[in-house]
Amino acid sequence: MNILIMGCGRLGARIAMLLDEQGHSITVIDTNASAFRRLPEGFRGRVTVGNGMDGTALEKAGIQSMDAFFAVTQGDNRNYFASQLAREVYGVKRVLCRIYDPVREGIFRDLGLETFSPTSLGAGIMVDMLLKGAVPSKGS
Amino acid sequence: MYVLIAGGGKVGFYLAQELLQSNNEVLILEQDAGRVAAITEELGENVMHGDGCEATTLDAAGVARADLVAAVTGDDEDNLVVCEIARSRGVPRTIARINNPKNELLFKRRGIETTISATQAVLAQIEQELPTGEMIPLLQMHSGLELVEIKLPETSPVSGRSVREVLLPPESLISLVVDPGGVPRIPSGDTRLNPGDALVVVTRRESSPLLRQALIGSTHGLDT
Repeated sequence: MNILIMGCGRLGARIAMLLDEQGHSITVIDTNASAFRRLPEGFRGRVTVGNGMDGTALEKAGIQSMDAFFAVTQGDNRNYFASQLAREVYGVKRVLCRIYDPVREGIFRDLGLETFSPTSLGAGIMVDMLLKGAVPSKGS
Repeated sequence: MYVLIAGGGKVGFYLAQELLQSNNEVLILEQDAGRVAAITEELGENVMHGDGCEATTLDAAGVARADLVAAVTGDDEDNLVVCEIARSRGVPRTIARINNPKNELLFKRRGIETTISATQAVLAQIEQELPTGEMIPLLQMHSGLELVEIKLPETSPVSGRSVREVLLPPESLISLVVDPGGVPRIPSGDTRLNPGDALVVVTRRESSPLLRQALIGSTHGLDT
């Protein structure tokens, strides 16, 4: 798959690494070039400096030929905005976004996005750890 | 009408002031405490400290009974989120300010009304300095109508004709004629149109190519 990842923080870089290892064609976009240092050595994907909320920058990153888009910057609103841009304007089939705020996450999911809230998930896992002694799997 | 305004910058402040003067119930949501204090001094209790992108803040502000939510912060992504949350709470009408004109399409796709961005207004202003024969969008109206300005070129097919003789697309109306001297007139059927006149025309968005052809003509080397 051709995959575009917006935001090269810890999560974005890790997703990029995992999917690159599985042989997918990855492009990572971030406003800050120094963020790409988080990508592992030997990363075969492409990196591009730009704002993923800007249509021109997304086009430069090849959004039109992407099968999937990840919005994983630190900002919930930015992630939502870019996701809708990818989906509604550029017709990307799979759009996945991280939303920290569980309330917003629910609303955005109802609007048809594939959302993920580390806050709700993390809280659930940590409560289970305390009460059930459940140890979360590391997920490769 | 109960209007909730997200963003207490200049746009939000003056909007609130106008709406209050026409006896509406208004509440501004503003994140910056200093700004909240300043607005309170001017407008009294019509401002609340909080982030309009947070559903809990919107709920506390009584979003469910709002007739209109206007998101007018300087960040397009925040404005989009405010409008989406407001709609999920059943608000019948949401309007967003767009700062980057390129974002208009996305808001349109999401079914959110937009205001012409300040950027676009400045652009239109600059375009007015360009040669005649351009059509400048001034305002998008709620009902699919649009307000445009057209400066008649020398080659205009309607120059020398009276308003009555001009064949316009359906639901289009010449509402104002400004002569080259800058004098505005509300035209009657007998008003004669001359090159250099600036016309303010109400039209249907989809009719604008026809309108351009009728008033500017297709021989002007413009894309139609």
